[in-house]
Amino acid sequence: MSDFSEELKGPVTDDEEVETSVLSGAGMHFPWLQTYVETVAIGGKRRKDFAQTTSACLSFIQEALLKHQWQQAAEYMYSYFQTLEDSDSYKRQAAPEIIWKLGSEILFYHPKSNMESFSTFADRMKNIGVMNYLKISLQHALYLLHHGMLKDAKRNLSEAETWRHGENTSSREILINLIQAYKGLLQYYTWSEKKMELSKLDKDDYAYNAVAQDVFNHSWKTSANISALIKIPGVWDPFVKSYVEMLEFYGDRDGAQEVLTNYAYDEKFPSNPNAHIYLYNFLKRQKAPRSKLISVLKILYQIVPSHKLMLEFHTLLRKSEKEEHRKLGLEVLFGVLDFAGCTKNITAWKYLAKYLKNILMGNHLAWVQEEWNSRKNWWPGFHFSYFWAKSDWKEDTALACEKAFVAGLLLGKGCRYFRYILKQDHQVLGKKIKRMKRSVKKYSIVNPRL
Amino acid sequence: MDLEEAEEFKERCAQCAAVSWGLTDEGKYYCTSCHNVTERYQEVTNTDLIPNTQIKALNRGLKKKTILVKKGWDWYVCEGFQYILYQQAEALKNLGVGPELKNDVLHNFWKRYLQKSKQAYCKNPVYTTGRKPTVLEDNLSHSDWASEPELLSDVSCPPFLESGAESQSDIHTRKPFPVSKASQSETSVCSGSLDGVEYSQRKEKGIVKMTVPQTLAFCYLSLLWQREAITLSDLLRFVEEDHIPYINAFQHFPEQMKLYGRDRGIFGIESWPDYEDIYKKTIEVGTFLDLPRFPDITKDCYLHPNILCMKYLMEVNLPDEMHSLTCHVVKMTGMGEVDFLTFDPIAKMAKTVKYDVQAVAIIVVVLKLLFLLDDSFEWSLSNLAEKHNEKNKKDKPWFDFRKWYQIMKKAFDEKKQKWEEARAKYLWKSEKPLYYSFVDKPVAYKKREMVVNLQKQFSTLVESTATAGKKSPSSFQFNWTEEDTDRTCFHGHSLQGVLKEKGQSLLTKNSLYWLSTQKFCRCYCTHVTTYEESNYSLSYQFILNLFSFLLRIKTSLLHEEVSLVEKKLFEKKYSVKRKKSRSKKVRRH
Repeated sequence: MSDFSEELKGPVTDDEEVETSVLSGAGMHFPWLQTYVETVAIGGKRRKDFAQTTSACLSFIQEALLKHQWQQAAEYMYSYFQTLEDSDSYKRQAAPEIIWKLGSEILFYHPKSNMESFSTFADRMKNIGVMNYLKISLQHALYLLHHGMLKDAKRNLSEAETWRHGENTSSREILINLIQAYKGLLQYYTWSEKKMELSKLDKDDYAYNAVAQDVFNHSWKTSANISALIKIPGVWDPFVKSYVEMLEFYGDRDGAQEVLTNYAYDEKFPSNPNAHIYLYNFLKRQKAPRSKLISVLKILYQIVPSHKLMLEFHTLLRKSEKEEHRKLGLEVLFGVLDFAGCTKNITAWKYLAKYLKNILMGNHLAWVQEEWNSRKNWWPGFHFSYFWAKSDWKEDTALACEKAFVAGLLLGKGCRYFRYILKQDHQVLGKKIKRMKRSVKKYSIVNPRL
Repeated sequence: MDLEEAEEFKERCAQCAAVSWGLTDEGKYYCTSCHNVTERYQEVTNTDLIPNTQIKALNRGLKKKTILVKKGWDWYVCEGFQYILYQQAEALKNLGVGPELKNDVLHNFWKRYLQKSKQAYCKNPVYTTGRKPTVLEDNLSHSDWASEPELLSDVSCPPFLESGAESQSDIHTRKPFPVSKASQSETSVCSGSLDGVEYSQRKEKGIVKMTVPQTLAFCYLSLLWQREAITLSDLLRFVEEDHIPYINAFQHFPEQMKLYGRDRGIFGIESWPDYEDIYKKTIEVGTFLDLPRFPDITKDCYLHPNILCMKYLMEVNLPDEMHSLTCHVVKMTGMGEVDFLTFDPIAKMAKTVKYDVQAVAIIVVVLKLLFLLDDSFEWSLSNLAEKHNEKNKKDKPWFDFRKWYQIMKKAFDEKKQKWEEARAKYLWKSEKPLYYSFVDKPVAYKKREMVVNLQKQFSTLVESTATAGKKSPSSFQFNWTEEDTDRTCFHGHSLQGVLKEKGQSLLTKNSLYWLSTQKFCRCYCTHVTTYEESNYSLSYQFILNLFSFLLRIKTSLLHEEVSLVEKKLFEKKYSVKRKKSRSKKVRRH
């Protein structure tokens, strides 16, 4: 429901209709050009006032929705319903969808609206033409879910599932799949509730068998419902997750792995970091070999270099025997700390400090320099300014120490961050700082031992 | 009505299994819950097909009547227009226009139209396909209107515009065209009216075909003939405000006048009338009817520029003193002459004056004379006025253009916003949906029902105060009174600040003038000038926008009229083709 404004621009674009909105260049939109094109389309005749006022009405509704003026929006909506009777057949066909989207939005937020009125509205809109029945049913079910009415939502989905009217088109097939999958998701929900129940019961309990039987039945239905959908390219995270959970529960590891591998690696699917995360977590649970885990995370690293799993990736790489893996390990750490959201991640700094020292000790100065070259312009200001030294020390001395060590290694002992931390006389950390000072002297890349 | 009759059909619907049947106009059963139309005919219709089945024919008497109701009367397109004209005339009467307009003027114009277009009151009407007019043969002598004095005194014709009840009975009893039943079954397939199809295809040279906008041309012609105090822009505004039936005027047709198919194109209207369009049509109709010269527009007529200028000066809150200046311009340009103002359709170049636009244009010219409107001089005059008013609080205040602008801008913006909102909320669709054919009918009715239901649902979300009734008609859109403290009324302000005395005469302080159009098109095209907004000063733009909003016309039309007034006022300048402006003397009156 949230992105309806985008869809309103080209209401029937997913069908064969020609898009009339004039978009030129990267996201630029000229309203005057739109009206001009429209007059050209009707042969230079003046646009009918009906068309003018209804489109004005639409923009008034949109404006009211934007400003959360539900009352005004409802007032304009009252007039906008007449587009259902538009004599322009193209607009008439597009009207139900627009009205559904705007109307449901109004009814969702309007203080005087309630569940009943929403359902009446949905039922009415479903039955205007056959084009929108499924879409509206699905959204109606989601609305019911939002209000915690699981049973009604389920009934709604079942009704929609068995609904057959008009031609079968490919877009409708996807919708039916989606409806079934949502139904499956609801069944999964009951299943996992039952599973919880089961886990609380004693095996000898007389109810155990009945519940267990129940759990089993549910899983069978659900898997049938969901599996059709997740074969179609798309982002189906919640479905995949629950489906895999059930497969795993019944010991079908190969099945689960196949689903996840397909979800992550099939090129027809859109790039989706979660697919790789699910696969990685699954493989980790299955105690898969390190090389396999590394190959999964390598892809995730390319999509989301700042993901928190990157630290795990680093430890995997660090332990690897291959030299290129160890080099990559350094790259990954630097990559994580490039992101503003990770600047205070003490683990990352700790890893980097340790790993830098290790690498420099292992005579791989070139690796470090390679990473540092692209960052030496901005990291000092980004991480190692005097301001950061002060605030880091104040907030988290341990973090400040780690950072100071890294700063010293990368920028030399003259670096302000490093000097500031050294100056701080701390009793507990005193020893550590001393050790750090020594290491910096020895290994800092600024002053290579010739 | 349908449902009762369909009660005897008890089968289940093949689609939704409900037993709830209605009858289509063709006599087929359709399911009222899913609108599935069956192939089963109602029994009565079957007996029509096999007339010898005597037993079933017993039922006929009663049912045939209902079929007639469903089929509706036989009616002609021109009767539809006549009905609309009748309603419009009634509405005008309710607005305070004298009853003669309806009974005499409009009635006669319409009869004359029917005669001229050979639809009635003549020996060989256009509908000669197997039918002959019989009813009105006797009246033919009355329709010979060549001689002038009889034109408007002719009252012996059937007064079908006389009263509501009578007119309704007229429509089906005293029809000028007897109807042959045989042709009905053919024509009624594509239109509810008998000649809808034929009418929409008819193209005859030299004959003005009736359309819904044309009805307003008739109304305006009659108003003009009666010299009523309603201008064309007022008339169109009343139409827009729903005081005069126009959009969906057909929905008040008698129940038995069914409309569908081609009638939809003829009577269905999805736009408000356009000033220029109706203006053109008025001249067209006037010429076609071959009307004589209209009654003179003299100084005491509402449509005379002097009176209209006064009205518009009050409307836009300008000082009354400006009226003497507008009168002066009217005198200098000769625009107050009777011959100039009176509409004469049989003159060589039939044209009528756009009285309202012209009056407003004169005011704009006067504003330009006084304040130059070059985005600088008017403000410096305002500074003077402001200072003077601060010092002399007791005297009659000088007119302060800046203050006037601020107040008018606010009032105008509010008005315009409200107008736009009201337009966006306008409900176009009638309670009686128009459909193309019987196949469409249940769909159209279902859609209508759907819309009504949805509206009902959403009306509960709207506060009752928001849906206020329609406002009462008024020729004024703005209201300025001395009491209102927020909105200063400038009517009593003096123009002393912008005029200076010189001997016996008063001169405008402003000694310059710029012409809205430098050169006029030489050719005979109707283009006088084009209005490119950005070329003009902001104050001029504002004033044009304000006035064209009041009249609901395009700004370019007003600009054109201003140029025409200037052309008359500075005739010499145009003939010498010198661009230099000059000061204009304003004599003391």
